[in-house]
Amino acid sequence: MTQPISPADLRWEHTVPAGTHWSCLIRRGNSLRFTDIEGGANCALTFFNPTDPLERYNMPDTLKAQHTALLSRGHCLYSDMGRIFASITSDTVGWHDSLCGVSDAAMVRERYGESHYQQDRNAMLRNGRDSLLVEMAKYGLGKRDLGATVNLFSKVQPQADGSLLFVAGNSRAADSVDLRFEMDTLVCLTTVPHPLNPSPRYDAHPVRLSAYRSGPVGLDDYCRNFRPENVRGFINTERYAG
Amino acid sequence: MLLESPLHTADAVLSETCLAGEPWIKTIYKGQTLRILDLEGNQAVDTLFYALHNPEERYSATDTIVRQRAAYLTAGSRLYSNEGQCMLTIVADTCGRHDTLGGACAAESNTVRYALEKQYMHSCRDNFLLGLTHCSCHDQNAARLGLGKRDLAPNINFFMNVPLTPEGGLTFEDGISGAGKYVELRAEMDVVCLISNCPQLNNPCNGYNPTPVQLYIWNAAHV
Repeated sequence: MTQPISPADLRWEHTVPAGTHWSCLIRRGNSLRFTDIEGGANCALTFFNPTDPLERYNMPDTLKAQHTALLSRGHCLYSDMGRIFASITSDTVGWHDSLCGVSDAAMVRERYGESHYQQDRNAMLRNGRDSLLVEMAKYGLGKRDLGATVNLFSKVQPQADGSLLFVAGNSRAADSVDLRFEMDTLVCLTTVPHPLNPSPRYDAHPVRLSAYRSGPVGLDDYCRNFRPENVRGFINTERYAG
Repeated sequence: MLLESPLHTADAVLSETCLAGEPWIKTIYKGQTLRILDLEGNQAVDTLFYALHNPEERYSATDTIVRQRAAYLTAGSRLYSNEGQCMLTIVADTCGRHDTLGGACAAESNTVRYALEKQYMHSCRDNFLLGLTHCSCHDQNAARLGLGKRDLAPNINFFMNVPLTPEGGLTFEDGISGAGKYVELRAEMDVVCLISNCPQLNNPCNGYNPTPVQLYIWNAAHV
């Protein structure tokens, strides 16, 4: 299902190491392919409109508009303003989580023990919340701005009683997912383990990013027509950013 | 889990009606109990909490979900902040299940979910923003927090039914609440409660007929 990126469209590639954080402004008309190099990765993302950071990724609006508790090909990632930051144009995984947010310092300390720079140098165990807050702070954003995330490669399955089950092995080595950006978007991400990953070791993995030009989106586009709601989401987005 | 309250409304220190489509903002001190009563049935009550003494600490849906590995709220559920602290505990519930994934309706999301023309219908986000704009008329403590759009994180929808499926489905269904059902929360820290009594007319969350709710507060001495 996933097509190779043509060398003419490829802009750059970069590997975010396991258990670290990164951010970048991605322009409308560009895509990011996220590749789980080793299998078992988690990549928590959050999005902001760089010209109005009060517009940010909205998990409830994304899920309820598309009547879904999972994210996969065809789904769009909505802002709180009825617009689409990015569409999932390709996906070899099938289920990405957006229910669970990220770990914090207390969770990581409790689960994996104390880890500080003085002893562990750059192998220190980072947590999801502080990782995202550090990236967001580079753009003047803080705790009030950090909401729910998209947790690429992770599957958390609701059971009949509403309890949540982390499904290990959801993403295998070389699995990938493509986000096509429909607006200029500030992307902040971290590759720390998912907060419900039950592994007793700090189970973090690197993720390769491949940025490529994706160009204009046709009226027959799969994501645009995936749901009638997305047709309207694209109209809102194109009126704003087109 | 269905659990009735031992409290009597005659002992409450506050009893106020919040009409459909109106905001309600009130400080609830540690040890006090808040009851939200669904007067006529199937009324979604969009609710957020903020720590009174730390403007950056607020209710976090994802922390609440992850720390209890549970998508629905009911008696016994703890409501966690973004700092990992328990803000309130649900101590009684005659409805049985409440949502925290559906978020608040907004003019902009209504255009996506229903039709571009729905932008001008009243919504919970507009209602939250109206409440916060006139915050000092509601509660002087809350006004000092200086809350705005930036602070509107994913909320709780009391009495709203948003079932998830193991296949990854999520839908807004007919409410499982009814006239006279209530939920009760004990504050574990001093909090500001921000409510929008939901005006949504485009889905079954309010039974297509938004109605008033009653809010009661009891002091710790009565509990």
